[in-house]
Amino acid sequence: MNKRDFLKDAILFFPAAATLQALAQQAKGAAEPASTPDGYDATKHWYGMGIDVDKCIGCNRCVEACKVENDVPEEPFFFRTWIERYQIHANGETTVECISTRAAPPEQAEPEDPTVVRTFFVPKLCNQCAHPPCVQVCPVGATFQTQDGVVLVDAERCIGCRYCIQACPYGARYLNPKTRTADKCTFCYHRITEGLLPACVEVCPTEARIFGDLKGRADRLVRFHRVNPISVLKPDLNTEPKVLYAKLDGEVR
Amino acid sequence: MSAIPESLHEQLSHQLEQVIGFIYPNEVETQWAILIVVYPYITGIVAGAFILASLVKVFNVVEVQPIYRLALLTALAFMLVAGMPLQLHLGHPLRAYEIFMTPQPTSAMAMFGFVYLWYLLGILLIEIWFEYRQQLVLMARQSRGLMKGVYSALSLFSRDLSPEALAFDKKASKFVTIIGIPSAFLLHGYVGFIFGSVKANPWWGSVLMPIVFLMSAIVSGIAMVMFIYILLSLLRNEKLDMRCLDKIGLFLLVAIIVDFALEALDYIHRLYQSEESIGILTELVSYRLFTSLVVVQLLLGMLLPLLILVLVRSVRFNEELRKLLYFTSSLLLLLGIFSMRWNVVIGGQLYSKSFRGLMAYKMELTGIESLMTALLLLALPFIILTVLFRLLPPRWMDNQVPVAVP
Repeated sequence: MNKRDFLKDAILFFPAAATLQALAQQAKGAAEPASTPDGYDATKHWYGMGIDVDKCIGCNRCVEACKVENDVPEEPFFFRTWIERYQIHANGETTVECISTRAAPPEQAEPEDPTVVRTFFVPKLCNQCAHPPCVQVCPVGATFQTQDGVVLVDAERCIGCRYCIQACPYGARYLNPKTRTADKCTFCYHRITEGLLPACVEVCPTEARIFGDLKGRADRLVRFHRVNPISVLKPDLNTEPKVLYAKLDGEVR
Repeated sequence: MSAIPESLHEQLSHQLEQVIGFIYPNEVETQWAILIVVYPYITGIVAGAFILASLVKVFNVVEVQPIYRLALLTALAFMLVAGMPLQLHLGHPLRAYEIFMTPQPTSAMAMFGFVYLWYLLGILLIEIWFEYRQQLVLMARQSRGLMKGVYSALSLFSRDLSPEALAFDKKASKFVTIIGIPSAFLLHGYVGFIFGSVKANPWWGSVLMPIVFLMSAIVSGIAMVMFIYILLSLLRNEKLDMRCLDKIGLFLLVAIIVDFALEALDYIHRLYQSEESIGILTELVSYRLFTSLVVVQLLLGMLLPLLILVLVRSVRFNEELRKLLYFTSSLLLLLGIFSMRWNVVIGGQLYSKSFRGLMAYKMELTGIESLMTALLLLALPFIILTVLFRLLPPRWMDNQVPVAVP
């Protein structure tokens, strides 16, 4: 190869290699969100949440806190977390209502319904699945699982195709009308990486929500897991949720 | 109040009022609306029209020769529009290129861009070019001025009309068709997989989905070519080749029977297995999809044309009546398959994944995701086709006009 050929090839090679490398970097995407603080090691954590169904009183404060903390649109069509009320009737029928979509809390207590034998509240949120179907279907890799087990959406990359919303069995995702991208619970990732609790956990007056690290040995969540009979939602879909429900009724889907 | 667009708020409030039972609160919004109904409908027509065309080249069905070019151009016209509903539907249309730049290998949707490009650039355009090359070279020679340039460019400035070159055209076009058949299967089977692989949604999640999509694609493609063929003859006041039409009718009949059998199997299987979702799916069909599924898709769009096509084959009708019956059944089938796409795409979003309630979909009349856009997208292939017919006349070779080779 003479000098001229070499130079000609080099002119082609370097920009091409740089472009390819940039593309590869792009393709890899944001493995970790840019905002994690210095000294935080994601590989040392595996976050989850415990829900003590018996403790939830349906006050809806978690939902309000979440909307404020995460700038979720106020309209009753977009929720990162919400509360469902179950009523089991004497004849075995179940009625369910989402109390978080109510415009205002009822001013008076509802008259007691004698046919209702049991009633309870179930907080719902993204299950931060270990096998997330939403991550599997995203065509551009905009939604991804962090090393500490949280499923996030990169709003800079999301194209708004809504496939992830279809793929989520729990209805945990919505298209944020402000950003036109998919949105969902992040376990308040900006807070937990700073050592704080998610907003919903922080405000819960009855400690119905237990946030924790399944890799931590003396963690509250690990203890919660040990002492309670635990269920997850839709286990047959093999999504391996990390939101663990204690004493969950079989009626809840 | 956080500001969400007024029209969206109005639509969602209206849809919320129509909810029956309990749904998850995020489920009020219909994520995939009318444009995503149009998308599989259009790709289906592409795949079906191409498969009809390939019958001529690969299986030597000589009777269908007169519509060979028509079918190819129909496939191309619809193919050029197929990506548009997807593009328009995106929350960030300008980021669509990311699917090509940084595709996620586990995503069923990410590969669609490549399948689409492969089919358009690797199959359709190449086959059409080989089919038309000889004619383009001749037209470039005969025309003057601007058109001479256009035809030269379309023929990619080739001039060789030697017998060897023409023989190569034939061989190449046959070769492309042979690869084209599995590619057409891939194109639309793949669209079915996008829906069929969603395990969260039992209305979609079925292994049969890609095959059902494929067979219904073949039905809609053949019906579309038949419709255009009859329509053209009416517009131009030309005589139809009845042998060709009867043969297309036969293929159509076979395709409907297979499609019907597959869809019936799907429903029987669901009912018999009677899984957890069967209760809500039964309610979905009875309260939300009765008209579009039972009346339009099944009775009007499948059984009636099936009956007509069986009648045409068993009773000796005269040509005029046959033509009318074919025309009617092709229209009914096109309506039926559109309905089928609607029932899959919209139907799958009208029941809650909690299996406790039903949602509603209120179609917007204007705007991006609206009836108007859908109609425009469905009309666009016909406009493209009109231009294509001017540029690449489908009849020259078929009319046996002697081609002078200098």
